[in-house]
Amino acid sequence: MLSQLRATATLLALFTLLLGLAYPLAMTAIAGVAFPDQASGSLVTRGGVAVGSTLIGQSFTGADYLQPRLSAAGDGYDASASSGTNLAPTSARLAERLRTDGRAMKATTGAALLPADAITTSGSGLDPHVSPAFAELQVPRIAQARGLTPQEVRRVISQNTAGRTLGLLGEPRVLVLGVNLGLDALASNSAAN
Amino acid sequence: MTVVGWLQILVILAAVVAFAMPLGAFMSKVFRGERNVLTPMLGPVERSFHRLAGIDPGKEQSWLGYTLAMLAFNAAGFLFLYLLLRGQGLLPLNPQGFAGLSPDLAFNTAVSFVTNTNWQAYGGETTMSHLSQMAGLTVQNFLSAATGIALAVALVRAFARSGAQTVGNFFTDVIRATLYVLLPLAVVTGLAQVAMGTPQTLEASATVQTLEGDEQTLALGPVASQIAIKQIGTNGGGFFNVNAAHPYENPSPLSNALTIWQMLVVSVALVFAFGRLIGDKRQAVAILSVMALLLIAGIGVAYWAEAAGTPILASAGLDPAGGNMEGKEVRFGLAASAMFAAVTTGLSDGAVNSMHGSFTPLGGMVPMVLIMLGEILPGGVGAGLYGMLLIAIITVFVAGLMVGRTPEYLGKKIEAKEMKMAILAILILPAAILGFSALSAVLPSALSGLGNAGPHGLSEIYYAYSSATGNNGSAFGGLSANSPWWNTTLGLAMLLGRFAYIVPMMAIAGSLVAKTKLAPSAGTFPTHGPLFAGLLAGIIVILGGLQFFPALALGPIAEQVQMLGGKTF
Repeated sequence: MLSQLRATATLLALFTLLLGLAYPLAMTAIAGVAFPDQASGSLVTRGGVAVGSTLIGQSFTGADYLQPRLSAAGDGYDASASSGTNLAPTSARLAERLRTDGRAMKATTGAALLPADAITTSGSGLDPHVSPAFAELQVPRIAQARGLTPQEVRRVISQNTAGRTLGLLGEPRVLVLGVNLGLDALASNSAAN
Repeated sequence: MTVVGWLQILVILAAVVAFAMPLGAFMSKVFRGERNVLTPMLGPVERSFHRLAGIDPGKEQSWLGYTLAMLAFNAAGFLFLYLLLRGQGLLPLNPQGFAGLSPDLAFNTAVSFVTNTNWQAYGGETTMSHLSQMAGLTVQNFLSAATGIALAVALVRAFARSGAQTVGNFFTDVIRATLYVLLPLAVVTGLAQVAMGTPQTLEASATVQTLEGDEQTLALGPVASQIAIKQIGTNGGGFFNVNAAHPYENPSPLSNALTIWQMLVVSVALVFAFGRLIGDKRQAVAILSVMALLLIAGIGVAYWAEAAGTPILASAGLDPAGGNMEGKEVRFGLAASAMFAAVTTGLSDGAVNSMHGSFTPLGGMVPMVLIMLGEILPGGVGAGLYGMLLIAIITVFVAGLMVGRTPEYLGKKIEAKEMKMAILAILILPAAILGFSALSAVLPSALSGLGNAGPHGLSEIYYAYSSATGNNGSAFGGLSANSPWWNTTLGLAMLLGRFAYIVPMMAIAGSLVAKTKLAPSAGTFPTHGPLFAGLLAGIIVILGGLQFFPALALGPIAEQVQMLGGKTF
């Protein structure tokens, strides 16, 4: 009995040292050397200032920006409090919100059918992507707000569109932050000219 | 549903089997104590662990000694984790200055991680210090998985040995499972996850200036080291609140495929190891084919249901061809979300990459049913295999009744004692799920936690107790489970689902190991052919159906019918 207790206590202590400290700290050290950007959150900088992460969605409300999906994380895109709505497919609250948002978006875009991600909330509340169809729906608005041709906007979008990985995995997607950085870069280039 | 969607599903499953075969061969060597490719590197560590803890690997235990050692080891792990969580406010590596957890939440969380459930009544990035995540949760992610593997190996030894008294040494099995199987897989795949974008840092957060001029705080931490073992060990407890839906935990379609692969590979490899350890690979193939068949059926139903969408989405003007994207991420889409939901519950993983509570009623019923079937498709590491072997025992018993012969499985006579114990174990699931659900459905303090009304509210209750009893950990997240009632009863359900299942299972192992292994005769019912596989699949579905159909009719099935009738709550 005593030997069992000794084995239990010693093993728990050894495993806590090995798995609870050595393993995560060694992983942190290796990751910091081998993949420093990813290990610290895949941050994007512009003019020396960190403006976001390529992996984490952020809020865009201006007409001149590509707008992301709806978010239930905190007050929207709170990257320290990820969350979905967890509303049921029979939730009256969800139905009401969808009706209102759907009507508004159909009115502003003139589209008869909306893409599946246009007014639904993502799982994480931090979805950094929109579908190519939802991006396309926003092209006229962005072009008008920025005084660009739709083709110019589409070019920026396609530069930030990824297809299925290996032609197989996941779904085609547009990186919202990438598009908006591209749009801003376009604007500052033409201002410089 | 699309062809590409299905191709994705089948390619990931094929990649699992392709790696699980050699891994199973490797594991059979590890648990026989034979020299293997990692011995030169890890042999000295293994020996020093044995020496320091005063364990003689050659000294084996009876089923009872093995079980008691397991219980003591898990009780100590629980106590340590409970105290760590209560006291995290006073301990180092707490950059956000989080306070200690309340008693009921610390109890729930400690039980949750020790039982390999990883139900999370808290949001990781708003509750847990780095020390709690690393020295507490990550350690139990390994040890609860190693416990499951050890128990499964003990049961397999009981079938493999003839007229023996012992089933192995628990401590030795846990040390070997951790050092040779779990740790190397976690290191290699964890680094791959960092390469794909998962953070691994001791910084608590980064603050950025968004393009529209707001501040955004990005929660960071030692994420990769925890989520690698969370998947390899079928634990499922995420670093962040939304688990593998969070872009840091699961940044891309490729990381999503890796994540699904991680959670399946050890459980499938254990089935191959089982075939080698009993010296009959055909038995493993029979069991594996049943697992694959039922799991793919589950994926198919969930995929179909999600692709069908819902009336409220259609009436809001969303393109019906896009399916139900509420609670799902664009980078994964329908196929990878449906597959993840079915796999995480066919296993006892419980990680999620989309919100199950926002699935269509039938789509959300799939993960619920897969948990209710006992999470044996292929089930959590170890727990899936011993769960499946219990069902196999019941299957040969039913077959024996039909032809009037004493049933045998793998050369061991199945008699009254084994059947009593198997039924005792099997009954834990309906007793805990339906019993606790019935109580919660009438208690105001329980009902105040529900996030949705109508039949979906009932589904939230069923799902919570199924997840807890099945040691899964996923949820219909509308339920606010961080209250004394939910924390306590779900904690009890987890303990029952884990240990009240294990003790009778180990009693069977003790009884079987002492029996003489019989050579197959002309009257033996072969358990490697399609006839047995079909019967086994039938027993799984019929047992689950008999136990849970009435409950499901009141929850997800009622919701589906009312949804199609255009009703909301």
